[in-house]
Amino acid sequence: MVSDQKPLGSWSVKQGQIITCPAVCNFQTREYIVVHDNKVLRIWNNEDVNLDKVFKATLSAEVYRILSVQGTEPLVLFKEGAVRGLEALLADPQQKIETVISDEEVIKWTKFFIVFRHPVLIFITEKHGNYFAYVQMFNSRILTKYTLLLGQDENSVIESFTASVDRKFISLMSLSSDGCIYETLIPIRPTDPEKNQTLVRSLLLKAVVSGNTRNGVALTALDQDHIAVLGSPQAASKECLSVWNIKFQTLQTSKELPQGTSGQLWYYGENLFMLHGKSLTVIPYKCEVSSLAGALGKLKHGQDPGTHVMPRFVNWETPQGCGLGFQNSEQSRRIEDSEKHIEVEVRKFLALKQTPDFHTVIGDTVTGLLERCKAEPSFYPRNCLVQLIQTHVLSYSLCPDLMEIALIKKDVQLLQLCLQQFPDIPESVTCACLKIFLSIGDDSLQETDVSMESVFDYSNSVHDEKMEEQTEILQNGFSPEEDKCSNCDQELNKKPQDETKESTSCPVVPKRAALLNAILHSAYSETFLLPHLKDIPAQHITLFLKYLYFLYLKCSENATMTLPGINPPTLNQIMDWICLLLDANFTVVVMMPEAKRLLINLYKLVKSQISVYSELNKIEVSFRELQKLNQEKNNRGLYSIEVLELF
Amino acid sequence: MGEFKVHRVRFFNYVPSGIRCVAYNNQSNRLAVSRTDGTVEVYNLSANYFQEKFFPGHESRATEALCWAEGQRLFSAGLNGEIMEYDLQALNIKYAVDVFGGPIWSMAVSPSGSQLLVSKQLLVGCEDGSVKLFQITPDKIQFERNFDRQKSRILSLSWHPSGTHIAAGSIDYISVFDVKSGSAIHKMIVDRQHMGVSKRKCIVWGVAFLSDGTVISVDSAGKVQFWDSATGTLVKSHLIANADVQSIAVAEQEDSFVVGTAEGTVFHFQLVPVTSNSSEKQWVRTKPFQHHTHDVRTVAHSPTALISGGTDTHLVIRPLMEKVEVKNYDAALRKITFPHRRLISCSKKRQLLLFQFAHHLELWRLGSTVATGKNGDTLPLSKNADHLLHLKTKGPENIICSCISPCGSWIAYSTVSRFFLYRLNYEHDNISLKRVSKMPPFLRCALQILFSEDSTKLFVASNQGALHIVQLSGGSFKHLHAFQPQSGTVEAMCLLAVSSDGNWLAASGTSAGVHVYNVKQLKVFEYSIPDKQYTDWSRTVQKQGFHHLWLQRDTPITHISFHPKRPMHILLHDAYMFCIIDKSLPLPNDKTLLYNPFPPTNESDVVRRRTAHAFKISKIYKPLLFMDLLDERTLVAVERPLDDIIAQLPPPIKKKKFGT
Repeated sequence: MVSDQKPLGSWSVKQGQIITCPAVCNFQTREYIVVHDNKVLRIWNNEDVNLDKVFKATLSAEVYRILSVQGTEPLVLFKEGAVRGLEALLADPQQKIETVISDEEVIKWTKFFIVFRHPVLIFITEKHGNYFAYVQMFNSRILTKYTLLLGQDENSVIESFTASVDRKFISLMSLSSDGCIYETLIPIRPTDPEKNQTLVRSLLLKAVVSGNTRNGVALTALDQDHIAVLGSPQAASKECLSVWNIKFQTLQTSKELPQGTSGQLWYYGENLFMLHGKSLTVIPYKCEVSSLAGALGKLKHGQDPGTHVMPRFVNWETPQGCGLGFQNSEQSRRIEDSEKHIEVEVRKFLALKQTPDFHTVIGDTVTGLLERCKAEPSFYPRNCLVQLIQTHVLSYSLCPDLMEIALIKKDVQLLQLCLQQFPDIPESVTCACLKIFLSIGDDSLQETDVSMESVFDYSNSVHDEKMEEQTEILQNGFSPEEDKCSNCDQELNKKPQDETKESTSCPVVPKRAALLNAILHSAYSETFLLPHLKDIPAQHITLFLKYLYFLYLKCSENATMTLPGINPPTLNQIMDWICLLLDANFTVVVMMPEAKRLLINLYKLVKSQISVYSELNKIEVSFRELQKLNQEKNNRGLYSIEVLELF
Repeated sequence: MGEFKVHRVRFFNYVPSGIRCVAYNNQSNRLAVSRTDGTVEVYNLSANYFQEKFFPGHESRATEALCWAEGQRLFSAGLNGEIMEYDLQALNIKYAVDVFGGPIWSMAVSPSGSQLLVSKQLLVGCEDGSVKLFQITPDKIQFERNFDRQKSRILSLSWHPSGTHIAAGSIDYISVFDVKSGSAIHKMIVDRQHMGVSKRKCIVWGVAFLSDGTVISVDSAGKVQFWDSATGTLVKSHLIANADVQSIAVAEQEDSFVVGTAEGTVFHFQLVPVTSNSSEKQWVRTKPFQHHTHDVRTVAHSPTALISGGTDTHLVIRPLMEKVEVKNYDAALRKITFPHRRLISCSKKRQLLLFQFAHHLELWRLGSTVATGKNGDTLPLSKNADHLLHLKTKGPENIICSCISPCGSWIAYSTVSRFFLYRLNYEHDNISLKRVSKMPPFLRCALQILFSEDSTKLFVASNQGALHIVQLSGGSFKHLHAFQPQSGTVEAMCLLAVSSDGNWLAASGTSAGVHVYNVKQLKVFEYSIPDKQYTDWSRTVQKQGFHHLWLQRDTPITHISFHPKRPMHILLHDAYMFCIIDKSLPLPNDKTLLYNPFPPTNESDVVRRRTAHAFKISKIYKPLLFMDLLDERTLVAVERPLDDIIAQLPPPIKKKKFGT
């Protein structure tokens, strides 16, 4: 919402004059046109300050609207139904304007389209509760009149219109006073222009707005499948902007407008404009390609069960294993169907979060699902479980079986989610997860869809190499003394190229890094974790250590000692895990020849850390002493007599 | 030189007022500073930042804005709703004009580069939301018109350098006015959000209008924002503090500006190229400075330095290293806390100290000891110092100056409107105080008061340039003579000195000339600085030059006195050291050590004599507000430790340290 932008220009008419037609911009000349007092036309541009001094034309008939779209000259629609091009009108402002519509017929709404590069104007009139549509083609100068039949509900009043254009039809949508949206299809090329034709309207959406509220309802078509509606969804509730998918009859999104609206809504260039309170509110909205998955995923409250068309759409675009799955037995088909069914039901339930026993219901659902999982090994409603975990109400103690099953299924995505969401995972389970994360093959990782949020792309090579040289010399701002470790340095220097390669490239694939980061972020208690860490195979421990060492090097590349990205592991987490792993597995790792270099590196790292901290401690102590001395010196009291000798 | 007993006094409970505004004058390289008690001081940045002029404060005058106009004219405006002009010659307030808009929060003088305006204009922003334009006439200011009235108080104002538009900061929004029509052409709403939390109000503490049409605003939500005044839209926003950003000042070249925050931090922003050798430039926050503990209420930007001041009472001048060509003491950070004028006077005979505060005087008697000791010893006191008297002034005006006579039986002080003289009677430990009534009105607004050595004469320098001599005897007084200033000058005399025999009186005015008057014959002898009447010693000094370290000292000497018994000794001090010059000893040359805090130990007398020089310096006592010789072997030093001042200030904004 753009709230503090200013109007770039504003003009006003003299007191006593009334603007009777919204100002429009003539896109061809970059001028503005407005009508005041029904007949007086004013044209001006940005430089003009006073409306009173700009171009003025007094017309012979009253104007209903001026219509302007990009690419063509503006049209002037008169209250009597006549239409003129602006140029032609200005050539002779006093020209006679014919009457098109009958007496007591009033224009209610109008819209201007370009169809196949030809301008088409449609306007709706009303007379004694009957509605008529006029379509004016400008290439052929044909005016066609249609009578709109309201169908069974003859008493309803149409509140608002909108229209979108298809190849052959203008789809006229109307919002009636009963709160429903109806659609009328008007052919662009009339079959028989001379004959008065009738059009039937069909129900499009039921009860989108409350039937009681009269003011402030408006609708506008966003594209073929989406319409935006302004109004109160229920009686006595606040006014709301909602976007509906007509194809699937679902609510895409909605936004409350507590300060009230004026029943005006426009949509230009993927932005919705409306008056909200005293301000013009702009909401960017881009219509997604309409699909059932999208429609269901964003399903919100207020859905009318009567218009829900769920069972008819069976063209699920199920992505994984569909082709193979269909060849399976009857049973697996059945399970798959029931999983789908449960998933939809869960989604429906989750959409209505208001239920007071929400927590217990979620808990019961998960327990029930997990019981069935245990009983039927082939049953695994994964999507459903993911959704339930994402409600943030589950914890490990509420459903211990969940992670157990995920561990059996090696579902790393679910495990990652659990590690991120559950506050109370026991260390043994954390460790089991770590085992799986380290042992799972790279190829099976590729298929998973883990959250990569905590992983930053470490593969920006040019920058890395430059920094790497620096870490050699200056780790953490401290240069390790060479005396004690001269032999290890020598050993290291034998293969300098190898060394660089090892520390610059991440030792694990990004997906595994994301999983390991979830472990790093999890809470643990050292005493409970240590025994379980001993069970991890040594080569996996080495891999994890390599990854941790890599993270440490990345950390020390910048002054703040942080990793880039959203929610990365912190330096403390990294250091703690290095210590933990070494504590648990040192005797094993030290025997491994391939871990030797890593251990030397880690040794240097720890040594430099210790040196830095001891230096810092020294500085702190010296400062404290200085402060003490200073205080003593200042504690002399308010008055003293001292002896001073000057030399 | 020998040993001294030093009365080390720390009970002068003086707390300077917080700094509210600073205004830098580019033409004369002077800085005007106003404090929260209404005092206005003028510093000469070319003369070692000496505080050369001073206008006493007033309880009802809270100065909110200060600015220079037409080179040498100084204006202030404040919460009493008045604009005042200061007379920088006579050192008084020339006039005060009520603007009838309630308290004034902001003021700005039209830019000098403006071609459109015939004469200079002064703009004030008031409590009632009005912006008022005044014409500056040669001897006054004249109301011209009001701009469109705004909803709430105008807290900040800034002219566009061309003089066609102004920006006005208010509560929650900034208005841009067209000066010609006086109408607001844009209203730019400032976001109230602070770190995601919506504050009640967002106060725009400062605005600056640049020639390219950019308006920079600083506000109470901790933001520095850049606005496009042509469209009225926000261009860029920097969140720099968790507390208010209270002040902004832009360099004349518009390539750098400085802001001050309530956390005591000063940030420097500079316009730097986006990439090297690209012409596109952007504003970048370059340097933070933390020289203050409290709110930085005001900042100024001189061509070479950032100047800041605030609640913690320090005036901080931080030179910009890239702008300083020679790396000398001008490139050093300066912190000015204490006034350069005398707040303490001393009665040598009775060992009394008179302390001057804004609205009262305190009289203390020094203690005594019978013990002796060696260098550095603190002697046991046989009698502690006593607080004898607390003399409160009536009325809202601050005390300008005060003095106690050498005999200790007279106290004189002056405010802007009145002159007070008291007679003190000592009966054992009791003191009685009697006010001498019917002081002549011409003595009021005295800038300096002095008693003769024998306490029989009182010398008063009034702000009209006249020097009055008053004879004191018993409990009464008699006006003896007035030395009128030379015709045509109204220069105020701000320094006075009297010779010990009482025959000669020296006075110095604001333009550095020294006048010497013969009191007996009532004649005027005038010596100005470039005159040939210097003593032999000063000629030698001129010839040989001072020691290079002495010349590099950066604090002005605030007090000079002579040894009563040994005329060859001069005592002088500044805030960080005192020095006794023995004129009989050779001057130091650049090879000798100027300052030697340690006693010479194993050197022979010959070496000692050879290295001895005239300047005896001690840096033990600091910050030193006053020092004088009580008698031959006794010194009194008044110190005011900065920690004691900070302890009396309101607590600063708490800031989190790492991890805590």
